[in-house]
Amino acid sequence: MSETGAPQAGKHRAGKTPLLLAIAFVALAILVAFGFVVRRWQPLLASDHGAGVDEIISYLLLTTGVVFLVGHFVLGWCVWRFREGNGEANQTTFERPSKRVEWAWAAMPLILFVGVSEFGVVILGAPVWEKIYGDAPKDALHIEVVGKQFEWIVRYPGKDSKFGKVAPEYVNDADNPIGLDEDDADAQDDIVLRGEMHVPQGRPVVVSLRSHDVLHSFAITHFRVKQDLIPGFTSRAQFRTIRSGKFEIACAELCGLGHYKMRGFIHVEPEAQFKTWLDQQVGYFQ
Amino acid sequence: MGFVRKYIFSTDHKVIGIQYIVTAIIMAFAGGGLAGLIRLQLSNPDGAIVSPETYLSLVTMHGTIMVFFVVSLGLVSGLGNFLIPLHVGARDMAYPLLNMLSYWTVVPACILMLLSFLAEGGAAAAGWTMYPPLSAVADSVPGSGMGTTLWLLSMALFIVSFTMGSLNFVATILNMRAPGLSMMRLPIVLWTYFISSILGLLSFPALTAAAIMLLFDRHLGTSFFLPAGMVFADHVLPNQGGTPLLFQHLFWFLGHPEVYVLVLPAIGVAFDVVATFTRRPPLGYRTTVYSLLLIAFLSMIVWAHHMFVTGMDPRVGKYFSVATVLITAPFGVLGVNLLLSLWKARMRFTVPMMFALGLISAIGAGGLGGLYLGTQTSDVYFHETYFVVGHFHLMIGTVTLLGTFAALYYWFPKMFGRHMSTALGKIHFWVTYPGMVAIFIMMHYQGLGGMLRRSYDPSVYDYNTPNLVLRLPITVIAFVVLAAQLVFVWNFFKSSIWGEKAPANPWDSASIEWQAASPPPHGNWGEAIPAVHRWPYDYRLPGASEEYLPQTTERA
Amino acid sequence: MSKMAILISCLCLLSGCGGNNENPPSGTTPSETNGTSAQPGDTTEGGKAPGGTWDPARGTATLKGTVRFDGKPPRRRPVQMGAEPACAEHHKTPPVSETVIVNADGTLRNVFVVIKKGLQGWKFPVPSEPVVLDQVGCTYVPHVFGVRTGQTVNIRNSDGVEHNVHLFSKRNGRLNFAQTKGASRDHVFKRQEVMVQLKCDIHGWMKSWAGVVKHPFFAVTADGGTFELKGLPPGDYEVEAWHEKYGSQTGKVTVGDNETKTVDFTFSKKKRS
Repeated sequence: MSETGAPQAGKHRAGKTPLLLAIAFVALAILVAFGFVVRRWQPLLASDHGAGVDEIISYLLLTTGVVFLVGHFVLGWCVWRFREGNGEANQTTFERPSKRVEWAWAAMPLILFVGVSEFGVVILGAPVWEKIYGDAPKDALHIEVVGKQFEWIVRYPGKDSKFGKVAPEYVNDADNPIGLDEDDADAQDDIVLRGEMHVPQGRPVVVSLRSHDVLHSFAITHFRVKQDLIPGFTSRAQFRTIRSGKFEIACAELCGLGHYKMRGFIHVEPEAQFKTWLDQQVGYFQ
Repeated sequence: MGFVRKYIFSTDHKVIGIQYIVTAIIMAFAGGGLAGLIRLQLSNPDGAIVSPETYLSLVTMHGTIMVFFVVSLGLVSGLGNFLIPLHVGARDMAYPLLNMLSYWTVVPACILMLLSFLAEGGAAAAGWTMYPPLSAVADSVPGSGMGTTLWLLSMALFIVSFTMGSLNFVATILNMRAPGLSMMRLPIVLWTYFISSILGLLSFPALTAAAIMLLFDRHLGTSFFLPAGMVFADHVLPNQGGTPLLFQHLFWFLGHPEVYVLVLPAIGVAFDVVATFTRRPPLGYRTTVYSLLLIAFLSMIVWAHHMFVTGMDPRVGKYFSVATVLITAPFGVLGVNLLLSLWKARMRFTVPMMFALGLISAIGAGGLGGLYLGTQTSDVYFHETYFVVGHFHLMIGTVTLLGTFAALYYWFPKMFGRHMSTALGKIHFWVTYPGMVAIFIMMHYQGLGGMLRRSYDPSVYDYNTPNLVLRLPITVIAFVVLAAQLVFVWNFFKSSIWGEKAPANPWDSASIEWQAASPPPHGNWGEAIPAVHRWPYDYRLPGASEEYLPQTTERA
Repeated sequence: MSKMAILISCLCLLSGCGGNNENPPSGTTPSETNGTSAQPGDTTEGGKAPGGTWDPARGTATLKGTVRFDGKPPRRRPVQMGAEPACAEHHKTPPVSETVIVNADGTLRNVFVVIKKGLQGWKFPVPSEPVVLDQVGCTYVPHVFGVRTGQTVNIRNSDGVEHNVHLFSKRNGRLNFAQTKGASRDHVFKRQEVMVQLKCDIHGWMKSWAGVVKHPFFAVTADGGTFELKGLPPGDYEVEAWHEKYGSQTGKVTVGDNETKTVDFTFSKKKRS
């Protein structure tokens, strides 16, 4: 009998449960919030627009964190305070709040959440969104990146600054991974790299993204860059780096059994060093 | 009536409801086992538990089974079937035969889904979202052979079944209500079932279409989702003219409302369980119903927030972001109403109440995480990371399961005329609630660290090193939580036979279903259908003769 | 299309327009004659049907020849392994492309030479020892190899990194699997096919070609570009030479007991049509 709990009228001894629950809710909330701020989880920031992304994340952590904590404190407190048998906290009758009170309690979260969320989207988010998807700056360096199972193929236009013709029929993973047309004059000096790219620090970079097979996503966590590659469609990622170094390119969209291995590198170098590197490269058909 | 007609091919909504629930429990063993394998692989840095291609099958099937065959079946179809006729004071569903057909359509769907593990190349491996071209081209991943065909056929059957079920729910709630039971006297849980059924009816056809088109692309050489110039193993595919983005739009046109199809009933359960055990009506019945309707409407027009980084026009992205985060407003109303329904309560800490309280906490954690993903700019960072995994596991994993458990513990006496063990129930709660929240919050941390999902081995990336410290704790807690579910399953089946006998209304609830016998006989109500005179939340009414007044009590 | 190519080249041979240094006729691009073009032994036309099991050890007829490359050898491009540092570190000298390897004496390496027609009816014992295909330093060893139908191919990964083996075949089904470090897996091809392509998608430069043949008369050219097919039953043969970039050529020859005949092939760069 003691194990199974058919509650019988007037015998609702709450025992330790309300206290434990109250402690659990409050403690859990504090632990969760603490976990978000105890260390900086995001990897080192290395791009200009990324600062804006991080700012929005911080804004959301702060606002939702406060709501989360307050909510759980109220929850914990209610559970403890209004447990049955807690003397005068339990009145024998319950007066329903008026309609006005109910609407007021609805209006408050409405206004709060619309304000908090749309401030993040419109006021903080839109300018950064513009940097990510706005028109490319005129002095930008143009690079093409093709995703294929399970590598990144990088192409620079070479000395003529023109990308040569490509066609899927010419694609041969070992010899011509991007499918360059050998007979096209513009294609002769195109520079094709496998899995690695170089960009000058501080100069805007526009990356045209194509896929040869399935969906991929061009993700550089340090740059706060993530852009899907859709076969049959050229998408675009743009960024301006703010520090030199070697960063990882990841594939963020499931693309097959080697998805987890689809890693590339991006080398961010000072402008002069980048020039030197670029001059050393040989055109694909040269 | 023979055994077969009574318990197997039954048209009784209660039997069908329990059949759904038991089916969901069986499928949960598969889904949970897959989760365990996934965690084993992820926390085993050296040496493989499974191969990468099998790992993809695991995550795909875990997602599919849990979303469609556990939560949809158990919470929506199962409990919905059991509760709706009882709650509206009807003798059965509007279309009992359709109801039986609906259940017996989902059984082959379950079997096909499980069979796909045996297919050559393994089960489907393109993720539960089944994005083409990965899912369309057999050469792209081993699971995209027969496994994916079976997946698509199974999903098509599932949708047929779910559509029949939803249709029945809507018709029953609209037409079968007992005399005096106006819509605004329905318990909130019924509103959530009503709204989620309508959402399901509106959105599921998009996935049916997508699944059929994908089958055509795979087997009949069409190119709905396949553009020109795709190269596999240096060979150009002959397809041209399609786009994979079309599939994504169709999928998420279902996929996003589907989230609410699952979450809303769980929230509805919480409202009703909380009302019974706080001995007061929930705060803001009307504002809650309006919020539910607003959420349902908004959920239909925000699907592309899953596609912010596909390269869509940035203005479109901005619209979807603005609309998406608006959902936090009605959701906030629900949260506040639920939370402040505890105010001035006389709280009884039964097992269902504990689960409902845990659910309130989980909605807070999960719902607020949605803001990070709905805001277009921060989504660029969080898209496809473990933050997403943690977020949706909190919402359509933790919230829905806590809701399902609350509901099962709560209505179990009505189903079987017996109680579930309280002691085992408390153990179940004290592991499940903190365990699940801990697991999925830690995944949020990993996502904040940029760790990408669906990765066989995240340690490939150097930047993941700080995120890897959480791998083992998550796995350990996951196994403890999985083990605790066995306690629940044991409790469920054991109590259905040997549990302590329960009276018709063991929780002193005012709601109408407790006026029926436990378990209710075929036809539920004996001689006459009850007349309803009030809403289901008349507790501690000033001046009333009793502490609570059942819905059938005539007004003074 | 590929069958047409074979037919045209056969007609060309018959009309005496060059015999054994025939380039694939114009109108076909290399990709079309690459790989899976020819299916030697499929047809029974022209061959007598001697029947029975033939043990190559007791045969005395021999076919041999040299495969030459005509023209300036193409530059062997460096293979960029930068994205997989473990692979790059394995190589003392910077690795270069293996697609076209012309030996110093002007002969061509990695040409698969196989008897295409003339062995119908004979049965040949299948060796029980497996053919080994290894992955070392992110390259396949060997780059081109022959294997008997029914014979085991042991695919190994001796590297410290994961690979996947993706098979492209028209007749031998679909196969695509990942191989973690140190893993090994056996595979058996059931049908004759010249050639089956194997590649690693994670390291796109990695490619290997398997000639799956019903009989034991095949060879892969190495240093010196020579091949020798020993122990043939006497008869009329059509010999095919296949190169992954330059496609297939065939030559006809009749050989009797205790005879040694020579068939030479010359490949050259083709203009893209």
